[in-house]
Amino acid sequence: MQMKLKALLGLASALALSSALPNAAKAEQLTLCWAAWDPANALVELSKDFTAKTKIDMKFEFVPWTSYADRFLNELNSQGKLCDLIIGDSQWIGGAAENGHYVKLNEFFDKEGIKMDDFVPATVVGYSEWPKNTPNYWALPAMGDVVGWTYRKDWFEKPELQKEFKEKYGWDLGPPKTYDQLKQIAEFFQKREVDGKTVYGASIYTERGSEGITMGVTNVLYDWGFQYENPKKPYEMEGFVNSPDAVKGLEFYKALYDCCTPPGSSNVYMVESADAFKSGQVAMQMNFAFTWPGLYKDEKVGGDRIGFFPNPAEKAHFAQLGGQGISVVSYSEKRDAALQYIKWFAQPDVQAKWWELGGYSCLKAVVNAPGFASSQPYAQAFLDSMAIVKDFWAEPSYASLLQDMQKRVHNYVVAGNGTAKEALDGLVKDWTEVFEEDGKI
Amino acid sequence: MATPAPIARRVRGLSDRAIAWAFIAPAITLLLAINIFPLLWAIYLSFTNYRANRPNAVVEGVGLRNYQRVLTDPDIWQAMQTTAHFVFWTIVLQTVIGFALAYLIDRKFRGHAFWTTIILIPMMLSPAVVGNFWRFLYEPQIGLFAYAASMVTGIPTSEIRMLGDVSLAPWAIIIVDTWMWTPYVMLICLAGLRSIPDYIYEAAEVDRASSWRQFWSITVPMALPFIMLAVLFRGIENFKMFDMVTLLTGGGPGSVTEVASITLKRAAFESWATGRASAFAIILFVAVFGLANIYVKALNKVKQR
Amino acid sequence: MSSANTAHSVVAPSDTSKRVAGTIVIVYALITLIPLVWIFLTSIKSPPDSISYPPKIVFTPTLEGYCNLFTTRTRQTPDYIAALPEPTSTCDEVTRKRNMVIAGPSNFLPRFVNSLVIAFGSTFLAVFLGTLAAYGFSRFKVPLADDLLFFILSTRMMPPIAVAIPIYLMYRELGLSDTALGMILLYTAVNVSLAVWLLKGFIDEIPREYEEAAMIDGYTRLQAFRKVVLPQATTGIAATAIFCLIFAWNEYAFAALLTSGQAQTAPPFIPTIIGEGGQDWPAVAAGTTIFLVPILVFTILLRKQLLRGITFGAVRK
Repeated sequence: MQMKLKALLGLASALALSSALPNAAKAEQLTLCWAAWDPANALVELSKDFTAKTKIDMKFEFVPWTSYADRFLNELNSQGKLCDLIIGDSQWIGGAAENGHYVKLNEFFDKEGIKMDDFVPATVVGYSEWPKNTPNYWALPAMGDVVGWTYRKDWFEKPELQKEFKEKYGWDLGPPKTYDQLKQIAEFFQKREVDGKTVYGASIYTERGSEGITMGVTNVLYDWGFQYENPKKPYEMEGFVNSPDAVKGLEFYKALYDCCTPPGSSNVYMVESADAFKSGQVAMQMNFAFTWPGLYKDEKVGGDRIGFFPNPAEKAHFAQLGGQGISVVSYSEKRDAALQYIKWFAQPDVQAKWWELGGYSCLKAVVNAPGFASSQPYAQAFLDSMAIVKDFWAEPSYASLLQDMQKRVHNYVVAGNGTAKEALDGLVKDWTEVFEEDGKI
Repeated sequence: MATPAPIARRVRGLSDRAIAWAFIAPAITLLLAINIFPLLWAIYLSFTNYRANRPNAVVEGVGLRNYQRVLTDPDIWQAMQTTAHFVFWTIVLQTVIGFALAYLIDRKFRGHAFWTTIILIPMMLSPAVVGNFWRFLYEPQIGLFAYAASMVTGIPTSEIRMLGDVSLAPWAIIIVDTWMWTPYVMLICLAGLRSIPDYIYEAAEVDRASSWRQFWSITVPMALPFIMLAVLFRGIENFKMFDMVTLLTGGGPGSVTEVASITLKRAAFESWATGRASAFAIILFVAVFGLANIYVKALNKVKQR
Repeated sequence: MSSANTAHSVVAPSDTSKRVAGTIVIVYALITLIPLVWIFLTSIKSPPDSISYPPKIVFTPTLEGYCNLFTTRTRQTPDYIAALPEPTSTCDEVTRKRNMVIAGPSNFLPRFVNSLVIAFGSTFLAVFLGTLAAYGFSRFKVPLADDLLFFILSTRMMPPIAVAIPIYLMYRELGLSDTALGMILLYTAVNVSLAVWLLKGFIDEIPREYEEAAMIDGYTRLQAFRKVVLPQATTGIAATAIFCLIFAWNEYAFAALLTSGQAQTAPPFIPTIIGEGGQDWPAVAAGTTIFLVPILVFTILLRKQLLRGITFGAVRK
């Protein structure tokens, strides 16, 4: 018995040692890292064409959104060789460029005739450039994404509800144009019996651990007049981040959370929000556009039952940018094959198929094509939203900036501590500290 | 070595001294390489502005600034308070329930050995994997816990937001920890109870001491060193708590369950403020080490009584 | 613990108090089992059943959770699925009912294998090194032995995140990030301190006279160690090994921070199992069940050694 046990243990440790040795250059195989979500499954499907053409196998490492940044930033910072290609989040670009995690793609683009002018400008700035608005490219825009809303068209169209709503609020129940309207609709549906089930007003982002509540809050605050910095003086945040308008916006977000979300919505991000909508709990849902194709196909809430609308407007009209570019990791030993993948991916026919399969192409040739807006019921809302995008900080210190905001706004909106003014004042203080430490102010 | 070493041994084998070092050296080397050297490195880093995500940036000494910042950071004090609340209540609950269980098991009813094994199961499991599943049990609409709590209390399930409610979330993590670790305290208490010699009880019987009196004047004081040990071990473990809380609440809502290790993890692996995080890590280490030492002194006093 | 058989023989508890005590303990035990039973039940529920309200106790069991755990799936149109050849396995069938097809294996199996390799590898190493060192500390005069032992033990008081910071940097330099070897070394180092401490106690209990007698009979010290001490210490070694194994098997913080795609173990992986939009609770429960079973079996088979280890470790200090 003991001998056997020993032999087994010995075997196990030998196995461990052999698996620890660096992989000898295998037959060509690339690993692509991204988030685990519907578009990733579409990309697996799409990539079969690449493997067929080049005989290069594709392996995928998909991680759920809530641990996506954590896992892959850790991977990049530890100079790991796991990922040859990475579809990294838009805000990572500053850090990844400055710390040499990504391969600079300018030369490659020039050589292969890939022109950034062929892509939607907002996505080039958002996903590829660092420093912003300079022709230094670190990624190819891969997946356009933006926060917008879905609603239960079938509920909105019920005559008895329409009548009651009109009597109560004096306007016709439909996709809201302002935030007041959005809140009225949400209040109207909150705890109402629809089709024999208690339903709630709206599902909004409140997740604490990664970036959820920040994405939701900024999405709303931009419209109320929140700005990251003085447009004339970079990094001057006092009076912009915590302007009276921004404070009003944050108060609105909390009011919406308090009055009109389903019970237990204290930690909601994309997946949970989509879940709430899918299970028929909510009348409206804030979520990134990537969820729309899947929801439209859903058996219970899809088809005629779902509608889409871009962010309402208030003082301004913006929407939080999501989406990513695809980059080559500089620690990869298979750089050429990885670049080959990007070259293949940039082709117009591949991009067209990408849109067909459920990915959001950023290529002008695809999104500006005559039939695009009517090709899917959500295409118009996507185009409208992409026209008004704004992104979070993409500074190398973005993670600290994000963490500060997560803490401040979750503390106010969900935990109910302090006032909106205090939360944003605190945020200005935190952010100032980060930039001081970076030597930017 | 009291006995004179036989000559045969010295000729055929290695000397004792060589064997001693050959036996001890590998373990010590490994500890030096993977425990001590990194610890020293962390101490060094805690005096610099190093950031692990900027390998190319210039590393400068900043003196005691990191320590000063950590010690004056209200968020860190908040996290320490949260940790203290968690440590205190888990210890109280686990000691009371654990000791009670040990006392009952010591009645030696039929099948007590079997049920003791059953009770042990939760403490063998992975806090991360099981903590993750408790998230599901706590779901307000569909979770079993909310359902059961609602049946008992009559409060509608939608109000029982264990992980979302600011006043409930700290208790949510305490409940899971108590569920997992009460058996551990129970075992150590059981060892304590069984170490009490029978003759003391017999003498008390002769003196006609009531069983209530016996409990307070014999059982509790004699088992006290064991109980204190259990408290020490649980205290140290829960001071370091990371995995279960991360998976249950991630520190939320707001920061009400953000225990020290989560704050540390955010500073070190999300903000990548490696220098400052190292300072915080050293402070935590010194705090546990210091408190544990004071406690062990108290424990020894109790033992000597 | 030898007093266990005779304890309180004269002042034995009455039958009534035994019955009451037994009832309370059994009720407690059953209540603490509920979450575990629920994990298992959820693993054999269908996804809709798993999230129904009120929680379902009666349901039709299905293997869907286990299928979802081991595969990745893509959604397809009903026409596409209708055109496929007959399903070849239960999982095929279950998946197609949801309008999906199996696209390939999931990452669960490799992560589970990583867990096996890392947990057993590090346990073996820790016990091996620990036994040697414990023998050294127990039988020879080592300068500063007490301080060394105490210091070794105190490294366990560091919060794992605090240890992870310099280890992360060190592994990055050495290329040990995200390797099984790196994780084995780390877990071994963490466990060796406990192993030395526990084993020294066990070996202290073995009378020196045995070895000395053997050496007078012509054994060298090494032979005496192997043929006399080791067999005597088997129980202690087994108890120590279980502790090391449980630690390495269950560890989360280091694994989450230091591993990624190659050497990641099951604990950081299981919480990230998600289905199509939403956490796939049956699949998570299935993964949890499979992950917990080995430890459950160990606990039940080796409960004596385990009990001895826990109480022994505590009592010694």
